[in-house]
Amino acid sequence: MSVSYAVKSLSQGARELIAFRIGDQEFCVNIMSVREIRGWTQATPMPHAPAYVRGVINLRGAVLPIIDMSARLGMKETEPTPRHVIIVAQVKSKVVGLLVEAVSDILTITDDNIQPVPEVSSDLEKQYARGILAIDKRMICLIELEALFPEKAHDKESEAA
Amino acid sequence: MDMNEIKEIFFQECEEQLAELESGLLKLNDGDRDPETVNAVFRAVHSIKGGAGAFGLEELVAFAHVFETTLDCVRSNKLEPNQDVLKVMLKSADVLADLVTCSRDGGSVEESRTRGLVKELEALANGEALPVAEAPKAAKPVAAAPAKPTDDSGFQPIPFTFDGFGEEEKVVEQFTYEVTFKPTRELYSKGNEAALLLRDLSRFGEMGIACDMDQLPTLENMDPEASYFGWKISITTPKSEEEVRAVFEFAEWDCELEVKPAEASEGEELPMIPVPFDLSSLDDEPAPQPETAATEEASANVVKAVNAAVEKKESAAAAAAAAAAATQNNAAAAASSAGQTIRVDLDRVDRLINLVGELVINQAMLSQSVIENDNNGVSSINMGLEELQQLTREIQDSVMAIRAQPVKPVFQRMSRIVREVADMVGKQIRLVTEGENTEVDKTVIDKIAEPLTHMIRNAVDHGIESPEKREAAGKDPEGTIKLSAKHRSGRILIELQDDGGGINRERVKQKAIDNDLISPDANLSDEEIDNLIFAPGFSTADKISDISGRGVGMDVVKRSIQALGGRISISSRPGLGSTFTMSLPLTLAVLDGMVVTVAGQTLVVPLTAIVETLQPEASAIHSFGANQRLISIRNSFCPLVDVGRILNFRANQANPVDGVALLVESEGGGQRALMVDAIQGQRQVVIKSLEANYTHVPGIAAATILGDGRVALILDVDAVVGASRGQSLKPEMSLAAAG
Repeated sequence: MSVSYAVKSLSQGARELIAFRIGDQEFCVNIMSVREIRGWTQATPMPHAPAYVRGVINLRGAVLPIIDMSARLGMKETEPTPRHVIIVAQVKSKVVGLLVEAVSDILTITDDNIQPVPEVSSDLEKQYARGILAIDKRMICLIELEALFPEKAHDKESEAA
Repeated sequence: MDMNEIKEIFFQECEEQLAELESGLLKLNDGDRDPETVNAVFRAVHSIKGGAGAFGLEELVAFAHVFETTLDCVRSNKLEPNQDVLKVMLKSADVLADLVTCSRDGGSVEESRTRGLVKELEALANGEALPVAEAPKAAKPVAAAPAKPTDDSGFQPIPFTFDGFGEEEKVVEQFTYEVTFKPTRELYSKGNEAALLLRDLSRFGEMGIACDMDQLPTLENMDPEASYFGWKISITTPKSEEEVRAVFEFAEWDCELEVKPAEASEGEELPMIPVPFDLSSLDDEPAPQPETAATEEASANVVKAVNAAVEKKESAAAAAAAAAAATQNNAAAAASSAGQTIRVDLDRVDRLINLVGELVINQAMLSQSVIENDNNGVSSINMGLEELQQLTREIQDSVMAIRAQPVKPVFQRMSRIVREVADMVGKQIRLVTEGENTEVDKTVIDKIAEPLTHMIRNAVDHGIESPEKREAAGKDPEGTIKLSAKHRSGRILIELQDDGGGINRERVKQKAIDNDLISPDANLSDEEIDNLIFAPGFSTADKISDISGRGVGMDVVKRSIQALGGRISISSRPGLGSTFTMSLPLTLAVLDGMVVTVAGQTLVVPLTAIVETLQPEASAIHSFGANQRLISIRNSFCPLVDVGRILNFRANQANPVDGVALLVESEGGGQRALMVDAIQGQRQVVIKSLEANYTHVPGIAAATILGDGRVALILDVDAVVGASRGQSLKPEMSLAAAG
């Protein structure tokens, strides 16, 4: 983490992001939505679930769905090992676990550091990517979790069910 | 705390008071003549009135006031609480409950209903035996007072007549009362002030007052916060005794109060000790003091008066001491009963229950890992763990007990429904309740009220015959419905029994044939016919009444009972009545389940759904069509459903011979054999919501956490059976990409 970023006061529109790794790519999400980070535990698979839903685990009494972020972002499905981690994140009213390879960094940035997403042809990337950060020669993609798990859509579906 | 919150508390208390009121009235109805019951009933109405007054709910106050007045007559033994009187009172309690509901949620009670009851109540209070039939209004001018439900002040002047001076009141409009008022220390500690009450009273008319200082101890023995003074007041006023009492209304429970009409012949004599007492010294507002003149006038008879007063005082002192003891006892009893319950937000209890559930799981996980690492099982850790296990079990039981509530409130609601419906259809019906203190989880209580209401309505409307028919059959014209609850092997058993005509099997069968539920030549046992009433779309009522038979029938009842994990059955004897028996789980937070393995996954099947389990033999399995299979059980064929296939846990159907078949009964009544790989055992599991963080999953009812800390899914048997019938278990793209 570069010092020049860290010393910036949060009051000047700065925000903190948590960065994680999937394969050879890095992504980050707003730290405010992250509740905790825990190690991988075996999940109970759900019937009729999309491929990126690994199943559900017990998080201190609550049933927590685990989302394979690699599969969710259109990459190959993760083969989880004990070294994988689960980022427990609040997405609107629900709590989900994001299965990623590792948490790499905590970043403090201002909006100036965020570059716009270049025009790409894939809709999927356009849908969740909110910007790109260049930090220490790394490229980190800022993700909006709400866009990945639109609550309205599955509210409607559960009503229909 | 803002006004709305206080109001909310008031309404909560109202509900408790209404329950108290109703149970008290029902006790009286059963012949209980305990003065404490009457007092409890009176107190309930009084508290509602007091609270309603504070919130300016005038309609409520007005009605409660009339009701209270009549109850006061019962309390003072002027009115015998016989069946007729209690009928009016029970109706009044219903109206009062409606008024409370209207005050809270808006809306209004039909004025005619209120007004009619107000008239009946007033008639009772005025000592008229038959409320409507007689109309002796002309004879008693006071009774003819207009009975508008509300006047400007929100209170109604309640006219009173008393035997003994009924004649006199027509001539002289002034009455003389002797009031003995002795506040207790509670009166002052609640912020009331005796001087203000006396000042209010003095506004009523000529008043003579004497202070009773007998209780005043010497200075060194004096408790500065205690109450030592009492007052004897003689007042001449056109107001009624009730109005005089009303002055002390809000202090009533905190003082000894006696109001009685003075002896008419000695009207001018004021039997009191002329102790100089200046109200203005207690009060910056100069109070009128008509008593000086009166006392001077009476001074000629002072010796006589003092003698009389002394005598009176002695007896009064004895009475006061007894009364003081009584009030103290009452206060102590009230205090102890107040200490027995606390109001707790349900969310907090739920959170506690969740936490304890986690504790249990954690403890099980801990035990398991210790056992794995400690093979000989004799270490102190192991023993400590055993104790921990016992403790956690106990904690879990006690926490579940917090949510447990007696079924009494639901049963009480039913007695009102019986009254109303019986009135509507012109039947005489008595509701007998039994075991109303049986406790069951609050969630269950909330959910049984509706099906129970429906069944009660049915029993009144269809079950019990009309009085004429009953008499013709040689039965008591008054029908009896018995509602009972008891615990039976970890479940609650609710029985609804009527002594009506029983199920008319001929008609039920004909109706079922008409409705295409059974074929005309079906040969059904009596029991099977009785159970037809639970079939969807079945209603035997010839004409659709607005009481029952709205098209939704017993099938809705059955379904809602089943949704609670319960079962319902009926037994009926022609001419003797029917009995519905409901068996329900004690809580919806835990579930008795059979833990099974399907395609390497652990699933829980609700035990209530399982009829039997069996190990299929190869010879019992028959292929049917392309990929259907049937299993023959005692010569009947039952479709075989592979749970692993339905839930998409495996691509191909498993070989039934390798697994176990669970014979289940589903909502539609059909039986299916569910194939699972193995049975692990039976267990009570804590139900966890899947919807909270994920979404509804077809075929899965909920989730639970097993002893190893992993999540296991609870099978939705009805959905799985439905899927096997061809209704698709639509895979939901929850948490799916938008667009």
